[in-house]
Amino acid sequence: MISLQHLHFAYNKAVPILQDVNLELSPGRIYGLLGKNGVGKSSLMYNMCGLLFPSSGSCSVLGHTPSRRDPAFLQQVCLLPEDFEMPAMSIDQYIRLYAPFYPAFSSDAFEGHLQTFGIPRQQSLPALSHGQQKKVLISFTLATNARLILMDEPTNGLDVPSKRQFRKVIAGSLREDQSIVISTHQVKDLDSLIDEVLILEDHRIILQEAISSITEKLSFRQVMSLEETEAPIYSEGALKGYAVVAVNRKAEQSRMDMEMFFNAVMTEKEKILPLFNR
Amino acid sequence: MEFNQTQAIYLQIADYVCDQVQLQYWLPEGKVPSVRELAVTLEVNPNTVMRSYEHLQQQGIIYTRRGLGYFVSEDAVKKILAGRKEQFLQEELPLFFRKMYMLGVELDELKARYEKFKQRQLKAQ
Repeated sequence: MISLQHLHFAYNKAVPILQDVNLELSPGRIYGLLGKNGVGKSSLMYNMCGLLFPSSGSCSVLGHTPSRRDPAFLQQVCLLPEDFEMPAMSIDQYIRLYAPFYPAFSSDAFEGHLQTFGIPRQQSLPALSHGQQKKVLISFTLATNARLILMDEPTNGLDVPSKRQFRKVIAGSLREDQSIVISTHQVKDLDSLIDEVLILEDHRIILQEAISSITEKLSFRQVMSLEETEAPIYSEGALKGYAVVAVNRKAEQSRMDMEMFFNAVMTEKEKILPLFNR
Repeated sequence: MEFNQTQAIYLQIADYVCDQVQLQYWLPEGKVPSVRELAVTLEVNPNTVMRSYEHLQQQGIIYTRRGLGYFVSEDAVKKILAGRKEQFLQEELPLFFRKMYMLGVELDELKARYEKFKQRQLKAQ
C-alpha cells in the first residue's frame, strides 16, 4: 500500500538526509518510527505526503505519487505536524473550513475524541492552551479517516493524563484499511500501541520489524547478575541488578521494552541487525 | 489495568480475560467485549487484543460465533483452573521451593500456617 524504493532526499546536495530508503507499509497496522534527533524522521514523513519531493528513487503511496499532489491522493492522507499554528477561529469554523477536504471525515468521531480529551467545545482556538490545541488537531487528524495517517511527535506537549487519553483514542480508531505512522522519542508513552518498529539511522531504515517477531528473537528480562543470563547482547543497570536484552533461546514470551530495544540497536548494531536479516 | 514489564502484553491481556471469567464477571456463554472495546479500555493496539483472543480460542476458553463476536466457552472456568494449576506447579512452585530451600524452611513448618490461612479464607467468604 505504501512503498518507498531507493528513495534519496537532501535539502542541499552536500548534506544528504535520506539515502536509499526502502520501506513497505501495510494497512491495519500502527508503525512506530524511531530515530535520533535530526536523523530525518520528519523529512521521511513529509516525502510520504507530498510536502517534500525525493531527489531520486520512487515513492508510491496508495497507488499515487505524492509529489504530484493529486487531490484524490491528498484527501486520503493526513499529517499531524510537530509544530503548528492554529488560525483565530472557533472549533466549528475550523471544521467547516478543513473537513470538506476529507470526504471520509466523521463528525461523530471528532466529537468523541474531543470528549475523551475533555476539550471545552465553545472556546475559540487561540484561547486554548498549546496542549489543548494539539488535542484538537489529533482529534481532527484521526477523524479524517484518511488511509494514511502520519503523526510527528504527537505526544510532545501533552500532560500525563492526556497520554492515556491519546492511547485510548488511537486504540479506538485504527481501521483495517488504514496505516498509522507515529514518530516519537517518547517510546514509553506508546509502546503498547505499536505493531511494527521502524528505525531510521545513518540516512536509512536499518530495521523494520513487528514487535512479535522482535520478541521471538530477543528476550527482555531483569536479572540480579549478568552471569544468570545466556547470550546477553545489551544491558543497563537497573534498581535490582540489570535489565538485559538477550538472544531468545528458550522461546520466552517477554514484553518488549522499546526504549531498551532502541538503545540496544544503537549501541550493538552489528549484533542485533543480522538477527533480522535486512 | 497496569501491565507488568516482563511478560508479553498479549499474554497479560489473556490473563486479564481469564480473571474476568474466573471471577464470574463474564459468564459462560456470555459475550466477550469486542476487540475494539477491550483495546480502548486497556489502551493497547487492537491487533494485540486480537492476538490474545486467538490465543484463548486455541485453548478453548472462548469461541467465535460468526458475525457475532467472541463468547465464553461453557467449560471455560474448568479449563482456566486446570491451566493455571499446571502453570503454578511448573513455574511458580519451583521458585517457591528454591526460596524455602535457601532459607532452610521445612514443609512441616508450613503446614499449620496453610491450615490457618485456609480457615481465614473460608471465614471471609
